[in-house]
Amino acid sequence: MIYTVNEAGYYGKFGGAYIPEMLYPNVEELRERYLDIINEPAFQQEFQELLHDYVGRPSPLYFAKRLSDLYNTKIYLKREDLNHTGAHKINNTIGQVLLAKRLGKQKIIAETGAGQHGVATATVCALMGLECIVYMGEIDIARQRPNVERMKMLGAKVVPATSGSRTLKDATNEAMRHWINNPTDTHYIIGSVVGPHPYPDMVARFQSVISAEIKQQLQTKEGRDYPDYVIACVGGGSNAAGAFYHFLDNQKVGLIGAEAGGLGIDSGKSAATLALGKIGILHGSKTVLMQTTDGQVVEPHSISAGLDYPGIGPLHAHLSDTQRGQFYSITDDEAMRAGLLVSRTEGIIPAIETAHAFAILTKKTFQVNDVVVICLSGRGDKDLDTYVNYQY
Amino acid sequence: MIQNRLTKLFQTSQQNILTIYFTAGFPQLRDTQRILEALEQSGADIIEIGMPFSDPIADGEVIQMSNQQALENGMTIAKMFEQIANFRQKIKIPVLLMGYLNPVLQFGMERFCQTAAQVGIDGFILPDLPLNEYLSDYKSLWDAHNLSNVFLITPQTPESRIRMIDEVSEGFIYAVSTSSTTGKTSAISASQTAYFARLQALNLKNPFLIGFGISDKASFRQACTHARGAIIGSAFIKMLQNSQDLPVDIANFVQKIKS
Ligand SMILES: Cc1ncc(COP(=O)(O)O)c(C=O)c1O
Repeated sequence: MIYTVNEAGYYGKFGGAYIPEMLYPNVEELRERYLDIINEPAFQQEFQELLHDYVGRPSPLYFAKRLSDLYNTKIYLKREDLNHTGAHKINNTIGQVLLAKRLGKQKIIAETGAGQHGVATATVCALMGLECIVYMGEIDIARQRPNVERMKMLGAKVVPATSGSRTLKDATNEAMRHWINNPTDTHYIIGSVVGPHPYPDMVARFQSVISAEIKQQLQTKEGRDYPDYVIACVGGGSNAAGAFYHFLDNQKVGLIGAEAGGLGIDSGKSAATLALGKIGILHGSKTVLMQTTDGQVVEPHSISAGLDYPGIGPLHAHLSDTQRGQFYSITDDEAMRAGLLVSRTEGIIPAIETAHAFAILTKKTFQVNDVVVICLSGRGDKDLDTYVNYQY
Repeated sequence: MIQNRLTKLFQTSQQNILTIYFTAGFPQLRDTQRILEALEQSGADIIEIGMPFSDPIADGEVIQMSNQQALENGMTIAKMFEQIANFRQKIKIPVLLMGYLNPVLQFGMERFCQTAAQVGIDGFILPDLPLNEYLSDYKSLWDAHNLSNVFLITPQTPESRIRMIDEVSEGFIYAVSTSSTTGKTSAISASQTAYFARLQALNLKNPFLIGFGISDKASFRQACTHARGAIIGSAFIKMLQNSQDLPVDIANFVQKIKS
């Protein structure tokens, strides 16, 4: 089985580029050039240097002793929360902004849910002196206030998306419309492994630094370069794609994703795409999505803005379809409790998105000697209000 | 070679072809048939029936609104086909279905083509259907039912791709006036005029109609100096939204443009 993207832009039956003609020239230009650009030595040097000196990579792989004792297994945390701007998102925005410069684009747009991708985009635009517009759902602007202020301070313009569910899906719609209306001077930095080909593959490549480092770090700490399990939360799926990437073909490594179950998958208020969705087309990609029998996209719900999305990257749809990956849905309540527990056990407040990954520990039992790596995709500073006001 | 009302129209009628887009189920769920009849009677040449979608990324605010309202009214592809089951008793002009791919896929592509052909639809405009996939998976199905597929091109579409699209099109090519979402109205600029002239000079086998940003008599006339005709969507939807008397207002709208 092949888990990487094929020539035509598909992962099994998922992927492709289902876009109106107005987007075709931009997406086609990217498709033609992304691999050549990414593989240029000068690009790689600039990318690696920024990841090292600016982002602070490699991020530590931390053995979480107290959590390991609690769950009777060996738990390592991949500390993406310690990156500059506080999440894995910056790995991708650094890569894409360098690419955008080589494509001669002067303006950058992005969508954001939790605001982490928006902040990471605003940050690299400040760094490169590029104009930046971030679309964000009205609901998310209210629940991720600190990140909105950060984006503004960094010089980005934050535009509220007021249609539909006023969350990540709608912010993505608005960003795509903006790109249609600005076809020549603008690059769209998509924040996850979603969208038309080549975005899912391109973003996965930029995020793959996560699993490349895990391999090296485990070699030192465990004497072997792979874990028994990698666990990550999945919104669009970029931190999961990065954490899985170099283990996709190693069947000894179990790949586990945590989707946002919201109030429960039968509640009608959920974002558990793989549990509830079926194959369809959204945002340029054939993937699994939550939809009515008439093919209208269902408005999702999650307490976590970053996971509040009715679709999922085509790579993950394929991993689920082929059973290479196992995906669990985690309710709001399970995630919030896991977030609190990690805070008190390890002294680390995770983003609510990431807290979904930790809740897997209550769903699945691991062996004492299993090496379990959890991708700690981001920190919870942005979520303090939600954590503090939650009725546990 | 496929043969339908659309291909026939372009064989006979030469100029000033007025195409009107509206969203099925808007303003009211049951307005579809009334709007079709009023458009035919008032002299529209081609009709595009929009199938509403929850996430119309190529559309501006007006058509987003009509899509959302139509969905709230309960419109579905199945309901639309029910409503137009007998429309060919009265309506003789070419009618196309336009919409995003996902609802069509959920309805089932084969069933969609069969039903469309059965009720008397002449073709489709599915802007997010990739050219390659149309050719590999669907073209023979469309052809078997005498259904035209209309592709969009924009000022950024390279000549090689326009030629490829021309090669596989039967009916017309939808020339988007400027790369934008629907509903942006501004006077036709010098660069657009140059783009239309470039298209004319290509001597394509298919005629092209200009759409996006055409809103009134002036812009329609201007577009018609460069193309066989033009397409009006958002301006018509806006009129429907404010209408107290659909047949009268539709007649006025069309006559004002054609006069
Ligand atoms: C900390 C964190 N983790 C995870 C996600 C979800 O995105 P993805 O599934 O692409 O990793 C987000 C999105 O905003 C996030 O901020």
